[in-house]
Amino acid sequence: MPNTRDIRRRIKSIKNTAQITKAMQMVAASKMRKAQQLALAGRPYARLMNTTLASCKKGAGQHSHPLLETRPVKKVGILLISTDKGLCGGLNTNLLREAGNCDAATSKFVTVGRKGKAFLARMKRDLVADFEMKEIPTLTYTRKISQFMVDSFLKGEIDQIDVLYTDYISTISQKPTRRQLVPILELKSLQVGVGGSHEETSGKEDEEAEVHGEAEFEPDAGAVLSALLPHYIHFQVYQCYLEAKASEHSARMVAMKNATDNAKQIIKDLTLEYNKVRQAGITNELLEITTAQMAMG
Amino acid sequence: MPLRLEIVTPEAKTFSEDVDQVVLPGVEGEFGVLPGHEMLFTQITPGELVVIQKDGKHYLAVGEGFVEVGPNHVSVLTDMAIKADDINEVDAENARKRAEEALSQKMTSEESASVQAALQRSLAQLHVKRRRHS
Repeated sequence: MPNTRDIRRRIKSIKNTAQITKAMQMVAASKMRKAQQLALAGRPYARLMNTTLASCKKGAGQHSHPLLETRPVKKVGILLISTDKGLCGGLNTNLLREAGNCDAATSKFVTVGRKGKAFLARMKRDLVADFEMKEIPTLTYTRKISQFMVDSFLKGEIDQIDVLYTDYISTISQKPTRRQLVPILELKSLQVGVGGSHEETSGKEDEEAEVHGEAEFEPDAGAVLSALLPHYIHFQVYQCYLEAKASEHSARMVAMKNATDNAKQIIKDLTLEYNKVRQAGITNELLEITTAQMAMG
Repeated sequence: MPLRLEIVTPEAKTFSEDVDQVVLPGVEGEFGVLPGHEMLFTQITPGELVVIQKDGKHYLAVGEGFVEVGPNHVSVLTDMAIKADDINEVDAENARKRAEEALSQKMTSEESASVQAALQRSLAQLHVKRRRHS
């Protein structure tokens, strides 16, 4: 039978753990709210941008742009947005499983977040660049990342740009997602766009563009396209980053909440055990005293 | 026929209402849009956006962005959109000073571009705010 001191010690150590996980849960919860807000706020813009680009591309007719051109794909540039820290449940595991499934011979990786970088180094994948993770991303910062990707695309080092990130669906649900960014092809699929099933206006406006056919551009189609397309890519990367951030904090919050709950359960069980042992001890002692008294009397 | 105006920034959907007419600060000068306009794609520069509705004119300060015009909708994608009433003149003035100060220092082209953009944005705010007063 375990003695009471051992059990007391275990209860104490688990209480400490629970305190830490509780604190981390609180921190993650407050960060989560902020990150979720940002991610949700960016969605209408991303959605409207998708529809605009879709009809713009249709309206531009013959007019082309390097970012719209498809080439035979020899190398795919994949932007992997993971996290810097662990303790966020299965988030990275799921994301990195997707990354592991990418064809090693044709993939070049650019990473944001230490976990992804460490994973790719371990798997001996082609890692071309690594960007630091920022707690609160700004468009100016993520622009550096997307500009790097676009530059290597234009130089012909890669023939396609994909983003691999964790799409934020809700606090308890995040999904690893891979999206093709460049060349901008399937605008239909893009319209479903960021955040999965958040389509509202795209269908209607799409038909409108169809009816009216050729659109006007000011100053001209080339100028508008070459301003809109890079901006589109920069913004999409920014939005993916926000989604990934929101997912990370949500996953961590949930993971830490589970840990705290588990610790509390264990403390409850151990306390029960402790009391049982203590009472058994007392009963034993009483027995001994009564037996001794009876023997003497 | 109503004209649906949507103004969206990365932070929020600022405006989504039916309007009678809208005047936008295009790259090639101001232009107005009435219902039944041709399909048009264009860029806008930091400046003043005027919304004309039944109850009068509303002014907004907008940043750089893109506009999609259809027969019964106008979609504006911009990095800033603030209603004239919400503009804080002191803040905007301070932001302008900060940006001008920053411009006088040496920096990379990227930094300077972002400061320039910030300056343009605060100038647009000031422009809208002051015109309302005069």
